[in-house]
Amino acid sequence: MFKRSDQDSRRSVHIVVDGAAVAAREGDTVSAALLASGRDVRRATAVSGAPRLPYCMMGVCFDCLVTIDGVGNRQGCLVPVAEGMQIEIQKGKREIGR
Amino acid sequence: MNTTARRESYDVVVIGAGPAGLAAATTAAEAGLSTLLLDENAGPGGQVWRAIASTPVTERDHLGADYWAGAKLVEAVRSSGAEIIHRATVWSLDRNLEIGVSLGGASFFVKARRVILATGALERPFPIPGWTLPGVMTAGAAQTMLKSSGLVPDGSTVIAGQGPLLWLLAAQILRLGGRIDRILDTTERRNYFAALPHAFAFMTSPYFAKGFALMRQVRAKVPVVSGVTELAAAGDGELATVTYLSGGRRETVPAELLLLHQGVVPNVNLAMATGIEHRWDDLQLCWSPVLDRDGNTSVEGIAIAGDGAGIGGAEAAIVRGRIAARAAVEALAPTAAARLAPMATFRGALVKAERGRIFLDTLFRPAPQFRIPSGDTIVCRCEEVSAKDILDAVAIGATGPNQLKAYRRTGMGPCQGRLCGLTVTELMAQARGKTPQEIGYYRLRAPVKPITLAELAAVPKTDADVNAVVRG
Repeated sequence: MFKRSDQDSRRSVHIVVDGAAVAAREGDTVSAALLASGRDVRRATAVSGAPRLPYCMMGVCFDCLVTIDGVGNRQGCLVPVAEGMQIEIQKGKREIGR
Repeated sequence: MNTTARRESYDVVVIGAGPAGLAAATTAAEAGLSTLLLDENAGPGGQVWRAIASTPVTERDHLGADYWAGAKLVEAVRSSGAEIIHRATVWSLDRNLEIGVSLGGASFFVKARRVILATGALERPFPIPGWTLPGVMTAGAAQTMLKSSGLVPDGSTVIAGQGPLLWLLAAQILRLGGRIDRILDTTERRNYFAALPHAFAFMTSPYFAKGFALMRQVRAKVPVVSGVTELAAAGDGELATVTYLSGGRRETVPAELLLLHQGVVPNVNLAMATGIEHRWDDLQLCWSPVLDRDGNTSVEGIAIAGDGAGIGGAEAAIVRGRIAARAAVEALAPTAAARLAPMATFRGALVKAERGRIFLDTLFRPAPQFRIPSGDTIVCRCEEVSAKDILDAVAIGATGPNQLKAYRRTGMGPCQGRLCGLTVTELMAQARGKTPQEIGYYRLRAPVKPITLAELAAVPKTDADVNAVVRG
């Protein structure tokens, strides 16, 4: 869906998405890294389980909700990636305690 | 990363580091006022100059001169003495000018003598059939990815809608080697006639030459279909096709990515939750705060600058930021105001920056069919409520957006009405034969962004706070 520009010379940052290693770039938000990864990163909504991807990428739509380092319902579009960050794609409702 | 503000109180707190917020914070700090600038993003710039301090797009003409103009304001605020905190989510502001801020998973409060809200704009909801499918995004979303991560579409891509941003985005995608298969222009033909009386003012504005150059660049490389109606996205679990009507012909094109845009509207959530009076704007078709000429709101001590004060664009936002900050300086430290440019200079600059705006507002006024959906089209993305669900609720007695919450939970999901509020107001107004002003809007309350109960519970408390709720 998206490709990286040849001009992009930022350093690589490695994150883990549902157990798999994914290469991101320093300064990417979690959502940008997920969309650039080419993986199926659709979440399932809490209400009907419908598949969704980020819509606005600027912090207003909440369709980018994702579990980051064990904390659920984070806005992936507002959180920059960090080395070793653990990402889980949310399927359905957030669980109690995370 | 800092975990809290350096002080407990400031002369001026500015919320939002886009054009208006950067200008306001710089002006206040340069006059010697203690100034705090809070911003939700990782770096300064807001949406227009997003990632200006970190973008991987190094070819300067790919993003354009208007983008790089922001660098000067970022430099100015950094040397102004203002304290700047990024990744700070403001979730509460009250009439005592106390501000609740979430930073790195913990919250704190700061007090201000003056608050300048520069929370900017968001893209107008574009509720067409299938707009919740994976692969349908806003044009602004694509532009955010382009600016901050150098990402461009590389599969089959359709851009649909209207307005200046759409053409700018298309030009930027093409410059960076991205793919656009088709542009579907939804501008209504009658808008061209309606806008004509305002054309002269626009032709003498800086937007005119730039706008036409962009459109020419894009049209040379991408097929553009005009007069598009009945736009719909479809697919099983993800976007597969885009269907539309143009010139009496229905067409379906395959698409992996559909980018929607029909203008921007003020981001009102924080201002409304503070109790600031807003009115329905019949030209811009959105809620705008009631302001005096300095940007002061109905709540003492709070001003609004930038697109959150009514859409005016980046140039106007900068000037409005300076006006609001100068007014704050005049109120708090009148002698220091002499260090700043006179108010008359700013007012003259504002008139110039706002020239041609009525033309754009009239030409790019979105058509009713793209604002007021029907049938199974989703209105509230969070709670998955359709237009028909809402009309059914109206039929059995829901009178306005707040009653509708009890019937259908619209606006009660995490986005708190940002993506459905305008649609709900207009849909209910139409169904009940009332004006949007009469129908009103959601009653918004803090926290305007979700925070966990654990975070709220961990906010430092005084003995008085504890005694107020502890039993016997």
